[in-house]
Amino acid sequence: MAVAARPPRRLINRVAGRHPVGVAFAAPYLTFLALIYAYPIILAIYMSFHDYFFAAPGAQVDRPFIGLDNYSTALGDPAFRRALLNVVVFLVINVPLTVGLALVLASALNTALPFRTFFRSSYYLPYVTASVALIGVWLWLFNSDGLVNAIIGEAGPDPTWLVNRFWAMPIIAFFATWKQLGFYVLVYLAALQNVPQELYDAAAVDGAGKLRSFQHVTVPGVRSATTLVIILATIVGANFFTEPYLLTGGGGPNGASISPVLLMYQEGIEQNKPGYAAAIGVILAIGVVVVSLVNRFLLERD
Amino acid sequence: MRGTKFVRTRAIVAIVTAFLFVAAACGGDEESASEAQGATGPIKIWYSNNPEEIEWGKQVVNAWNKENPDEEVTGQEIPAGETSEEVIAAAITAGNTPCLVFNTAPAAVPQFDRAGGLVNLAEFEDGVSYIEERSGDRAAQYEYPEGEYNQMPWKANPVMIFYNKDLFKKAGLDPENPPLATYDEFLAASQALVDKGGVQAAIWPAPSSEFFQSWFDFYPMFIAQTGSGQLVEDGQAQFNNEDGVAVAEFWRQMYEEGLAQQETYNGDAFADQKSAMATVGPWAIAVYGADIDWGVAPVPTQDGIAPEETYTFSDEKSIGMYTSCENQGTAWEFLKYATSEENDGLFLEISGQMPMRTDIIGTYSEYFEKNPEYEVFAEQAERTVEVPMVSGSIEMWQEFRDAYSASVIFREEDIQPAFDSAAESINGLIEEGS
Repeated sequence: MAVAARPPRRLINRVAGRHPVGVAFAAPYLTFLALIYAYPIILAIYMSFHDYFFAAPGAQVDRPFIGLDNYSTALGDPAFRRALLNVVVFLVINVPLTVGLALVLASALNTALPFRTFFRSSYYLPYVTASVALIGVWLWLFNSDGLVNAIIGEAGPDPTWLVNRFWAMPIIAFFATWKQLGFYVLVYLAALQNVPQELYDAAAVDGAGKLRSFQHVTVPGVRSATTLVIILATIVGANFFTEPYLLTGGGGPNGASISPVLLMYQEGIEQNKPGYAAAIGVILAIGVVVVSLVNRFLLERD
Repeated sequence: MRGTKFVRTRAIVAIVTAFLFVAAACGGDEESASEAQGATGPIKIWYSNNPEEIEWGKQVVNAWNKENPDEEVTGQEIPAGETSEEVIAAAITAGNTPCLVFNTAPAAVPQFDRAGGLVNLAEFEDGVSYIEERSGDRAAQYEYPEGEYNQMPWKANPVMIFYNKDLFKKAGLDPENPPLATYDEFLAASQALVDKGGVQAAIWPAPSSEFFQSWFDFYPMFIAQTGSGQLVEDGQAQFNNEDGVAVAEFWRQMYEEGLAQQETYNGDAFADQKSAMATVGPWAIAVYGADIDWGVAPVPTQDGIAPEETYTFSDEKSIGMYTSCENQGTAWEFLKYATSEENDGLFLEISGQMPMRTDIIGTYSEYFEKNPEYEVFAEQAERTVEVPMVSGSIEMWQEFRDAYSASVIFREEDIQPAFDSAAESINGLIEEGS
């Protein structure tokens, strides 16, 4: 049987598909993506391979291609290596603490608790409050003559908390955990609504107490939320900036609490070396993607 | 089907690429520099955001506008930002700097110049003569080796030791002749202030790591100790010499003995009487004068030298003219108008800061008769040293600050090796930029 030849498709259909009007509908978002995401990413990658610096429009400046120089400088820079180590310290404290506390608090807030609405709002309050205001409070808590030292007296570290090489990063991680907790509690609260009551009833019939129910019903029941929380906490955590910028006075003491994003700001904006800052950004972005993929692989496998 | 998808993908990529090129190409201004230098018409200026300078700026702009209705000047405060330098750098990149900024830090000038943001004032016919006649020998510190003036030295805040007389009395120190000339005297006085004066620190310079913080702890004392040396001279770092290390050891001892604090004070330690001394310029009189019975002394040196021979850091701010300015002819005339003898006098009267002109005390004798407390700063203003005009200036200061933080404030390294290592990096930076 002879096969009828398909009529030739018009160019507009070849370019824009069977329903060209769809392109018009997609165009605003495509433009948004191109402007807000694609352009900065492409420009950042371009900058990272050049001796790039910001210049006036129309100024004749030389920004030569330097290959991987910015990347090799970054990897050999003690400040960047310290910043990466700080990300690890931050994530090691922040992510497990966030997951653990958020899940426990969400479970508690999901039960018939007196003043439940008040508690739900209270945990959410730091999340919606400006970091600057909260950091002011934490500075007052952890200064040498702050509330914490006033309570524990001589037991406080020397040098005091925020200028102590050992304590600066943990305090930053605790602060970030506390501030973000409300959001993750909310994520878990939403997930808990989907755990069937029958599972708890069945566990009770089998003789499981509250702890066992939590371990064998709640934790597996919110597993997909846990994946989300871990990935989000990792991404947000790897990009921490405000805390070392304000809480430890620019990554102090002596760079002990520097973060990659703060370093990008210092190198790119303060010292006008955006090419180098872009290389740090690219390395950080690749690192975060890899860690997130590993997390997803480990958490979602059956 | 694969072919159609490929064509579609190519079309999308082509559209996005074209869009990006258009976006990247926007904003090019081809107007030649020489045309702009002769052009007249309305201009915009920025001035600092402290109340005194706002008042002065408004008065000068209003007076100019009355006399020159066709060349109207619009003044406003520098937009808010972490530092003025960041705001100006961002404006240069965006191409929306005003014609003049009356708050251009000399340390940032090499960076602004590299970005193609600054007009060389020496290219105006009377540019060099006007700057050098007004500022005298000190103008040379603002000139590039090739004879360029990418800034107009405007006003200085010579850094001195400001102290609280009541706290000195409380500590058993003579408030009229405070023992602050040598390092030993300064350390002993500081100890007395902490022990008996009821302060948390004798002096509380910011211990944070911003590149400019060294201008208010190490650098004034380094200048005094070396008798007017700069951090870098003839392309070589100088701070790792005997004098630099002596200054660093002095500060290290201050931190080690708790006479200065490693923690950032959230507020103004001197105003809150948590510290008894501060390294400040004459602006401090207007700020603290009403609440604190104050005195002032030159910065100390290792063995003590006469006040009239002591040099210090200028803490100067310049006026920069920016290349985005279309009416540079008007901008230059306004710049000269704003720095005339009359308007410099008005600035002194309103702000107490010292115009960068020769013989301030003689020129404004009436003012200093009425305000004798400012005279000591005016005398000191004659003996000031600027930051070095070298390429990569901010990077250089950051390199130094990091070494200083590590070896002096937090004592994690020894001073000499930390300074040697920073000096080597800085020499490399200067060589790279030359």
